[in-house]
Amino acid sequence: MLMVEVEKQLGDFAVSALFAGETGATALFGPSGAGKTSVINMIAGLLRPDRGRITLADEVLFDAGAHVDLPAWRRRIGYVFQDGRLFPHLSVRHNLYYGRWMSGHSPDAAAFAHVVELLNIGPLLDRRPGKLSGGERQRVAVGRALLTRPRLLLLDEPLASLDQPRKQDILPYLERLRDEARVPIIYVSHDAAEVRRIATRVVRIEEGRVTATGGVELLSA
Amino acid sequence: MIALTPQEWTAVALSLRVAAVSTVVALPFGIGIAFLLARKSFWGKSLVDALVHLPLVLPPVVTGYLLLITFGRRAPVGEFLADRFGIVFSFRWTGAALACGIMAFPLMVRAIRLSIEAIDRRLEDAAATLGANPVWLFITITLPLALPGIIAGMMLAFARALGEFGATITFVSNIPGETQTISAAIYTLMQVPGGDRSTLSLVIVAVIISFAALTVSEWLARRAQARLHGT
Repeated sequence: MLMVEVEKQLGDFAVSALFAGETGATALFGPSGAGKTSVINMIAGLLRPDRGRITLADEVLFDAGAHVDLPAWRRRIGYVFQDGRLFPHLSVRHNLYYGRWMSGHSPDAAAFAHVVELLNIGPLLDRRPGKLSGGERQRVAVGRALLTRPRLLLLDEPLASLDQPRKQDILPYLERLRDEARVPIIYVSHDAAEVRRIATRVVRIEEGRVTATGGVELLSA
Repeated sequence: MIALTPQEWTAVALSLRVAAVSTVVALPFGIGIAFLLARKSFWGKSLVDALVHLPLVLPPVVTGYLLLITFGRRAPVGEFLADRFGIVFSFRWTGAALACGIMAFPLMVRAIRLSIEAIDRRLEDAAATLGANPVWLFITITLPLALPGIIAGMMLAFARALGEFGATITFVSNIPGETQTISAAIYTLMQVPGGDRSTLSLVIVAVIISFAALTVSEWLARRAQARLHGT
């Protein structure tokens, strides 16, 4: 289980978040500019909180008081960015291998085949990221994060850069991911319809603060 | 048309060797310094920056003189290197390579630094979340993305080294077969009555080499760019 209790001053904008993430998909829901991305960057280790504590399954990832700050590369947290961020100099296949190369795990053909099948990215493997559509790119980005065998998967507005039909194409993959991959998910979005389909729990964030926590019924409030 | 004497061919070969060796040896230092200047903030950074750029603004003769009083056989560093490691620079081709490397260094660092600064840091963040430690991140993401700049930096350094004259002749003189590069050979021929014909041949050779180097580096840079942009 993920426990987050962080504070961060960003210019004259203050982010302060206290919530727990459980199995299933927890949505960080709120308007653009509410500080949602800052919160998951702190969970991933890309942004250092001023104060607070982050733990994941009894491991302390960050503790300002105890001077613990595990670097991002040792946190084993998968991150799917809004803009994909595939490595342009590597093929899709090598983007997917990247996490395994870095961790030194031996190849796991079954896991690779499963992820490729889950996201339907088999036909893309030998292409370069520059030749992919927005939707294809995001599916590959999800696969790349999954193949690091993360303990937690962060998805930051993974559909925001896509048009409406594309979103409808990808949502079923994300639902399968939630149901089959057995990785707890933190899903950042400002889109209530999207969150309603994906999330099992909702944390509402407004102006840098958590204003409500609960089930998807929060979305209609 | 191009009829060179053996001594002139030696000068051509020596120029190529000096330029190639100085470029290759300077490269790891150039990448290291460029990375430090592009990414790190540390005490004395502007001093390092100024030192790196010094050969660009100093008269080459001054750089050569400074090398002479530092790396000469009786000079402190030169004596130490000679006694301790058997590395001698003064009046050797290695000294010419050292002078060329130092003269070319600012150009190399500038090109590489610019390309490192242009890298999208968010790709490096992505690599970190995939488990890349800082060293592997540098090798697998930063270096390949900076490759066009690294090629451009090597090309500039090679060209600068081929054209180097002032610092080299001041530091290691103009010894045929040891330190006489194309530039020095042309200079010598121009002092000799009736040397015009040979001078012209050497000049043509110099033009051909420069043109070839430029073409090869353009081609490499274009290939590297194409790789980065996914074709």
